[in-house]
Amino acid sequence: MTTRRDFLATTGLAASALTLAARRADAAGTRSPILTANTEPDPQVKVLLLEALTAAKLAGASWADARIQRQRRQNIGTREQQVTNVSDTDTIGCGVRVIVDGTWGFSATRSLTKEGVARAAQRAVSLAKANRVARERLVRLAPTEVHPNATWKSGYTIDPWSIPVEEKVALLFAANAEAMKVKNIRFVNSNLSFVKEERSYANSEGSMITQDVVRSWVTMSCTAVSDDRTETATRGPEVVQPMGRGWEYVLENDIVKNATVWAEQAREKLTARPVDVGRWDLILHPSQLFLTIHESIAHPTELDRAMGYEANYAGTSFIAPPDNVLGKLRLGPDMLTIRGNRSEKDGLATIGYDDDGVKPDEFDIIRNGIFWDYQTTREQAEWLRPWYEKNGMPVRSHGCAYAQSWSDVAFQRMPNVSIVPDQQVDRSLDDMVAATDKGIVMIGRSSYSIDQQRYNAQFGAQVCYEVKGGKIVGQLRDVAYVMRTPDFWNSVDLLGGKSSYELGGTFNDGKGQPGQSNAVSHGCPPVRFKNINVINTGRQL
Amino acid sequence: MDEALVLSRAECEDIVQRALTLSKADACRINIGASYQTNLRFADNQMSTSGISDDASITISSVFGKKRASVTTNDTSPDGLARAVAQSEALAKLSPDDPELMPELGAQTYASIPAWFDSTANLSAEDRAKAALTALEPARKAKDLTVAGFIDCSANATAIGTSAGLFAYHRSTGANYTLTVRTNDGTGSGWVGGDENDFSRIDFAGIATRAIDKARASRNPQAIEPGRYTVIFEPQAVSDLIGSVRGAMNARSAEEGRSPFSVRGPNGNGTKLGERIMDTRVTLVTDPADPQILGSPFDGEGMPTGRQVWVENGVLKQLAYSRFWAARKGVQPNSGGGGGFGGGGGGGLKMLGGDSTLDAMIQGTERAVLVTRLWYLRVVDGRTLVYTGLTRDGTFLVENGKVARSIKNFRFNDSPLFLLNNLEAVGPSVRVAEGGSVVPALKARDFSFTSLSDAV
Repeated sequence: MTTRRDFLATTGLAASALTLAARRADAAGTRSPILTANTEPDPQVKVLLLEALTAAKLAGASWADARIQRQRRQNIGTREQQVTNVSDTDTIGCGVRVIVDGTWGFSATRSLTKEGVARAAQRAVSLAKANRVARERLVRLAPTEVHPNATWKSGYTIDPWSIPVEEKVALLFAANAEAMKVKNIRFVNSNLSFVKEERSYANSEGSMITQDVVRSWVTMSCTAVSDDRTETATRGPEVVQPMGRGWEYVLENDIVKNATVWAEQAREKLTARPVDVGRWDLILHPSQLFLTIHESIAHPTELDRAMGYEANYAGTSFIAPPDNVLGKLRLGPDMLTIRGNRSEKDGLATIGYDDDGVKPDEFDIIRNGIFWDYQTTREQAEWLRPWYEKNGMPVRSHGCAYAQSWSDVAFQRMPNVSIVPDQQVDRSLDDMVAATDKGIVMIGRSSYSIDQQRYNAQFGAQVCYEVKGGKIVGQLRDVAYVMRTPDFWNSVDLLGGKSSYELGGTFNDGKGQPGQSNAVSHGCPPVRFKNINVINTGRQL
Repeated sequence: MDEALVLSRAECEDIVQRALTLSKADACRINIGASYQTNLRFADNQMSTSGISDDASITISSVFGKKRASVTTNDTSPDGLARAVAQSEALAKLSPDDPELMPELGAQTYASIPAWFDSTANLSAEDRAKAALTALEPARKAKDLTVAGFIDCSANATAIGTSAGLFAYHRSTGANYTLTVRTNDGTGSGWVGGDENDFSRIDFAGIATRAIDKARASRNPQAIEPGRYTVIFEPQAVSDLIGSVRGAMNARSAEEGRSPFSVRGPNGNGTKLGERIMDTRVTLVTDPADPQILGSPFDGEGMPTGRQVWVENGVLKQLAYSRFWAARKGVQPNSGGGGGFGGGGGGGLKMLGGDSTLDAMIQGTERAVLVTRLWYLRVVDGRTLVYTGLTRDGTFLVENGKVARSIKNFRFNDSPLFLLNNLEAVGPSVRVAEGGSVVPALKARDFSFTSLSDAV
């Protein structure tokens, strides 16, 4: 975690020999792991945030918020026994969002001086004023609590920046070497990515929030080439799920030990049987299914998509218009409940307060198979007022506002969206295989594509095992399933239990114009889908 | 706005000099990027969000022997620069040797590319709002239409300096507009876009008219059976599919046997260089100085990015060699920068055009699927460059020389390499709004649509 001293050094608000020394020690990786969060917002940051809010108000904003955010990224890439990339990125600035006469304006600057943030606030107001000619409906924000002195820290124990680069590279090299020992493995790539964000937020209603977020991801891909050079097969690169954790998570995953397993899976795939086209029962492992949840359930239940706000880019939604589908549309059997949250342990979208200053809640998106609610921000919660009032639910944001950096405007992004596992039977993946006569177990995300209303999707997997008579009999290759979302989810007939529940996720979920990336996780047990259309993707040049 | 909102040549030179003075490394490279971005977004016939952001970043790459690391900061103050230099040196010392490390480049000669336009740089918020009204007003008036669009403008500067004496500076502006018009009955959608360095060249009213016409024409799509069809791809659809050929041109992957341009099998140890891999009408080039492209005259390493011919009359003429791989193979590096084409330098891919127009293609066709654009492309088989994805925002059946009716969107599983082998007609090349390519409309046979989508 960056101390106030580091922060000031970076921003140029203050500088001394001491701060420089601290930063150098940081670069050399000699700092100890930080175990505690900031207890209150940095006074200098607070001054700038309040300056921005004041300038916005003076310029004519009826409401404003300001975010000062520092984001660090580190990437370390290797292939076989070579380093391909060591890079460290550090960016900080201030974004100011305003409402003037019911119209949004946003401006961001890297100038972290009183004059700089005030100018950004004034620019945001003039944008909003200029845009009034083009708006019809006024922006209204749903009420929320004020959090005048809030802090939050994600669930990491070892700051990745406290670990020297040489130790990180040594780990990747050791894993690469293990993979290369496996017959036919010719190429190995591995990569470590870390993100650290310090998010300070204030709004004109009186909230002042400081948060500290760390995310870690280790990827590895093992490529096997057949002896006669006619076939290649790869396992990876997403072999370990990214999490809102620190270096300790990388170590827990023991990539050196597991490299052999992943490499063997790639080698076996060289001689895997091409899949027979037709209907199969699919048992989707969480490492594969999380992405299907993401694409086919989580994206179409974003309220901005349903209302057409993403029509020009990510698309709209088949779960629309709200009046026709809320409480009515069946998207699965009674056993299927899917929830949104920003509180799941280690989840990538997990956060204390969103970028509207809202403390997020947990909410049912699909309740016992029926579509029940959308992901919302403060602006959007108002759009669902009639539905909430009719059902005795509070008119409140679910806390889904997010901006990827200080230079981007906050808008609705995905919380963790997860399937509730079977509550009665603690069924394992093995139990599900044993209960399946003719099926395919699919592990690890591979090729994925879905249409702009989230109806038609095609998903592959990194490893596919054929199940015959309750047993795994070998790998299949060139497997992809093609589905129509409502039919697919209504074909669920078996859920894994609590012990089989896992999170999968990504750092890079794209949405919006200008495009922004969101990190998000989805939890689920293995799930069985009956009678799904499977195609063979193999072709010859 | 004025030029001062992005770093000037003199400011960049100053940063480079200061960094080089601070550097204690054996070699050092400084990459600078600065941008001033303005945007306006509308949707649901409403203003949505709009924003302005300014940023600048400096990347310091330090080298000790064969060890190298880079640090990026957006703190351009003297102290920020000093910290970035020190940090990159500390990281580099901790890194293991990179046996593929190449020495930094010395002074180079670059083309001057006039990619900066004051009409874009000096744009006001009122100008953008006025542009948005060209779509919002007709849509509101029409009652049967809902529009969503995005106007995105930027002024950018990039610079590179090295301890070996290289300095390069380039600035550019960009203006991009995309518009989606949907019919309120939920059955029609039309998309049109434009991309220029010069904002004044974007025909906002014309784009609105075309998108509205397309949305209305695409109402009530009917399902036809998936299968192999002759297709007529508008330029955006062509770009969406063949843009991926760029990344596959990497020489090293091809020579390592894991690319569609590798020769496979027991005797295969080489590449398809010199072989005819596409229809003879296909010529693929990159050329930053091309007036339709106006890309950067240098890549991220400071290599000049001249005109490169990748495929000429269907023959694979070059693969992309990074400096390291070129040195090992005894060939000239061609702005490889480590992967695919050009490390961010050479601008978009251009496919040279032919003499057929879109109308002529339609008129000369008995039966074909006319595609506006493609969406959510992902590779399903790297060996053949087979991609999956879907059609979107205007898909039509052409019958007997006419656009006969709107049809439901398809998912496809097919390869740009197949498409470029199955050509029937080639139109003039235009710069598309998404992907930065300059490509023609194409007519090709036997394109593989594999399933239907209900999405509009």
